[in-house]
Amino acid sequence: MQQTINLHDRDELIAPLYQFDRKFWTTLVVLIVIIAPGMLLYARQLVLGLGVTDLNRPVFWGAYLVNFIFLIGIAMAGTVISAVLQLLKVNWRRPITRIAESLTVFGLMTAGLQIIMDMGRPDRLVFTLLYGRLQAPLLWDIASLTLYLLTAIFALYLQLIPDIALLRDTSPASAPLWRKKLYSILSLGWTGAKEQWRRLEKAITVVSVFIIPIGISLHTVTSWLFSTTVQPGWKSTILGPYFVVGAIFSGIGLLFIATTFARQYNKHLKEYITESFYTNLGWIFIVMSAVWFYFTLNETLVVVTEQETLEFPVMASKLFGEFAPAFWGMIILMIAATWILVAPKFVSDKPTRNPLFQTATGLVATAISIVIFFLLWLRLPALAAPAIQSILIFAFIVLFIFALLGVTKWMKTRIITSTVIASAFVLFGMWLERWNILLPTLTHARLIPYTTYNPTITEIAVTISTFGILTLMFVVFYKFFPSISIWEVEEGRALEADSTH
Amino acid sequence: MTDWCMVIDLEKCVACQGCSIACRFENNTPAVSPQESKNGRAIRWNDVFPLPLHIAPDQGEYPNVKTHYITRPCMHCKNAPCVKVCPVQATFTDEEGIVHQNYNRCIGCRFCTVACPYGVRYFNWFEPKWEETLAEYRNPDQLSVNGSLEGPAVRPTGVVEKCTYCVHRLVKAREQAKVEGRDFRPDEYVPACVQTCTGKARFFGDLDDPDSTVSQLSKSLRAIHLLEDSGAHPKTLYLAEG
Ligand code: SF4
Ligand code: SF4
Repeated sequence: MQQTINLHDRDELIAPLYQFDRKFWTTLVVLIVIIAPGMLLYARQLVLGLGVTDLNRPVFWGAYLVNFIFLIGIAMAGTVISAVLQLLKVNWRRPITRIAESLTVFGLMTAGLQIIMDMGRPDRLVFTLLYGRLQAPLLWDIASLTLYLLTAIFALYLQLIPDIALLRDTSPASAPLWRKKLYSILSLGWTGAKEQWRRLEKAITVVSVFIIPIGISLHTVTSWLFSTTVQPGWKSTILGPYFVVGAIFSGIGLLFIATTFARQYNKHLKEYITESFYTNLGWIFIVMSAVWFYFTLNETLVVVTEQETLEFPVMASKLFGEFAPAFWGMIILMIAATWILVAPKFVSDKPTRNPLFQTATGLVATAISIVIFFLLWLRLPALAAPAIQSILIFAFIVLFIFALLGVTKWMKTRIITSTVIASAFVLFGMWLERWNILLPTLTHARLIPYTTYNPTITEIAVTISTFGILTLMFVVFYKFFPSISIWEVEEGRALEADSTH
Repeated sequence: MTDWCMVIDLEKCVACQGCSIACRFENNTPAVSPQESKNGRAIRWNDVFPLPLHIAPDQGEYPNVKTHYITRPCMHCKNAPCVKVCPVQATFTDEEGIVHQNYNRCIGCRFCTVACPYGVRYFNWFEPKWEETLAEYRNPDQLSVNGSLEGPAVRPTGVVEKCTYCVHRLVKAREQAKVEGRDFRPDEYVPACVQTCTGKARFFGDLDDPDSTVSQLSKSLRAIHLLEDSGAHPKTLYLAEG
């Protein structure tokens, strides 16, 4: 089967791996500039102590933990999605499996980094192995993270073997010797014999079956860190599934962004990753957003209705209090994202004169509604009267609807752009969701005065750095390995050819 | 087996904060700058604060005002949430019911601080500092057995600390008895806050001995536990006001 790789693929997917051109070096430099400040500030934190953050008593956990949950989430999704699609034998998965699986590996690595950055004594990390207490939820999380990371690396590697062998056999004469050596070692003597294919496919199926429960367990255990404590706002039985749904949701978002990024980076990929992929995965995205809204309603409504003395203040701070901008911001982003995905499915392509559906209306409405959102956020004393507040909220809702209607037409004709915008909204919204789960509970301790948490420059820079590192890993990895699973795509084409015969 | 327990009579407590200060000097908890303190980083193993905490209570009009205060050491919970979550057993309960904290083991994950319903645990955000000559007057006591480090020993940055019922005093009292070649009596040991209490509101002793003061007081109708609903089974007892 391997012999069916044609010259075309080789040129488009393999040749760029050896081109260290200006574009690559510029990207690298830009990323390092993004990463450096955070690393320097982290070094300062190592020397001075965690006091350089705004963490305090009772807000003992903050932005680092939010990043951790978020990264675990996007990491969980990649491999799980690719494994599910693999087991269901969905054909359009072929061009994206590699990107999905690598996102898992990089996401988990950066998530582990967050835990280390959050520790007061990172030098004692090894104690978790030496003296680990298996009864402690944190140890379940560490165990689960390690297991998932190893399995994900294994899955990624298995799937890479035929492509590495291809790289070994086709490397240009000018390729550096060490790369040739690297490929020949990593390919494990792959020759493409029938027996090797049979074993590889079996192994991939087995790993896919195992990785789904491991991935789900990882995010569930992460939610148990919170729900096994007795703190108000966390003692919830739906936190586990809620986290998992949020994880898959944001994971698909990042997958869309990463794929589009790869497509932009190497224009040839556009032939492999087509619009149909965006439409197909878009459907799963829509389903996830529905499930997410369902869970959010469950979480919110129950607490609001029962008004229990400890739980309710936490919820109230999200609905009306200091966390209202983050909470409503999240809801608005999610509604907008869902609309962007769903609406184009209903409108027709025909141009219309209805002013409601003009892009200009949409943009103006968006701009004004953003201004109103910030006005509400700032809580200016001049606007504090209940009547003014109600008018502002009402105006916001109306303008928001106008904004959504206005952009629909525009979205309809640009499926990829609109999916990327929706993904960005979802990613940001899900980050806020984790913030809204973690912090309101921490600031509302029972026997400690209520406090606030405003991340300092250290946390902000480290967060930016973290996402920079994630991108850097992505960029560097795909300079050494093709970002598309060549053999899987070939296999897909062969299958297609078979069925048309 | 001895079961150490503290009883605090809120009727007698005058909220002088003597216990807080005694604890500070006994256990070498450094004072922090006012700015840091405002930022929620003050360390008071035994804290004194008004109740209720989150709802402004009706205190009446001057001069007829009334405020309630509570003094709060560690509860040394029998089902301690902090012990349950520690991944490396840096905090653990001994057979006499005291919840220990080992500074040499703690990895600073701050899970225990989040899990404790009573807000009893403190983190060392920076390296502890003492003003001027105060460092010379630090309590030299410390507990270090098999590489562990507990008690008033100066804490390194990045670990968690908390009230230990002055467990180093217990060890010292036991050693004293041994040197003098006699049996140790439970009334030979009290924590510093109990010793100093202005209103004589604090009692300490063995809950397992039915004749001890704390056993007697624990049968009082006024005896309550803080946040009973947390399920932590706190051991420190309060005698309610009024
Ligand atoms: S009061 Fe807090 S620190 Fe003390 S034993 Fe209970 S849970 Fe642990
Ligand atoms: S901060 Fe220290 S004592 Fe607390 S749970 Fe973590 S390792 Fe244990």
